[in-house]
Amino acid sequence: MSTRLVATLSLIAALVIASDGRAQQNRPALHSASEYLSEDMRAEQYDDARNRAMLWVDLGEAIWNEPAGQSGKSCSSCHGAAALLKGVAARYPRIDAASGRLVNLEGRINQCRVDRQKATALAFETNELLGLTAMIARHSRGMPVDVDTGGPAQSYLEAGRRFWTTRQGQMNLSCAQCHDDKVGRKLRGDTISSGLGTGYPAYRLEWQGMGSLHRRLRACQIGVRAIPFEQGAAEYLALELYLAWRAKGTLLDAPALRR
Amino acid sequence: MRPSRIVMPETAKSGEIFEIKALIQHPMVTGHTAAGANTEPRFIIHTLTVTYDGEEIFRADFFPGVAANPYVAFTTRATVSGDIVFTWTDDKGEVTTQTRGLRVS
Repeated sequence: MSTRLVATLSLIAALVIASDGRAQQNRPALHSASEYLSEDMRAEQYDDARNRAMLWVDLGEAIWNEPAGQSGKSCSSCHGAAALLKGVAARYPRIDAASGRLVNLEGRINQCRVDRQKATALAFETNELLGLTAMIARHSRGMPVDVDTGGPAQSYLEAGRRFWTTRQGQMNLSCAQCHDDKVGRKLRGDTISSGLGTGYPAYRLEWQGMGSLHRRLRACQIGVRAIPFEQGAAEYLALELYLAWRAKGTLLDAPALRR
Repeated sequence: MRPSRIVMPETAKSGEIFEIKALIQHPMVTGHTAAGANTEPRFIIHTLTVTYDGEEIFRADFFPGVAANPYVAFTTRATVSGDIVFTWTDDKGEVTTQTRGLRVS
């Protein structure tokens, strides 16, 4: 190999490393929306006696141990105690090995229910599905988001990134214009967060109840006067992966309290 | 019976003042009406009573201004070992009861 070729190759390698480093540096300073809560609300969030989401967590624990469907099996028949799920929520959404498709926690629960328990799928925003996701998230609280975005997940990540950066709705705003560019500033009475989604499913005061991340995404889309997708839509799944990629390393605080 | 959560100690020393926290799931529909707005009739939990060894130690009347899934915290003094019974009653007459034992030493 000539000296010039080696020099060229190492230059290319250096550029690749540099651009990768730049991409890392360009990641905006990210803040979980929990940081923007009042001190009182944050204390409430981390107090299981006061965080209303714990009512759903209790329900999730009960469902976990309840036989469902024609199989007569409960979640715990295969997975054991719910406490063993520590860290699981931090790894979703992820690629389902069998189908090669991206699934989130809700999707995985329903896949188990339909394929293994021979039960009916739970609809989004039912207390049952919110309970299971809140309970599973609770067991991963305090753990860093650690989603896999390599291999087959890459195309989903890119789709999510496109969603994030594409202007939409009558307001003609992209997610990034608020949640990258205006983080920490005010949108009427509320502080604009980085939009990490690490608190979901969350108990939102505006809803006077529990809701999934996809419900929150719908609220954002309605906010910019776009036509929202349905919960579980492919667009939202891809965006969910992109949010989780941005949130990598941020600690999960679900089930959180949100305004 | 609605889902509810009670957080309190299982044991206490005689004379000790301890805290009780109680949470229950309920939509607490205000029944407030305005042109074009909510027209659902009022549907709230209106009363929570708490007895300790058969004696009422706490009572709360709730009103339509109380948020969904109401939370209440209060303190009481440990006197004798016995049951602490929580009873929530709503506008449709549905009653939710939870009982917690307290051992006093």
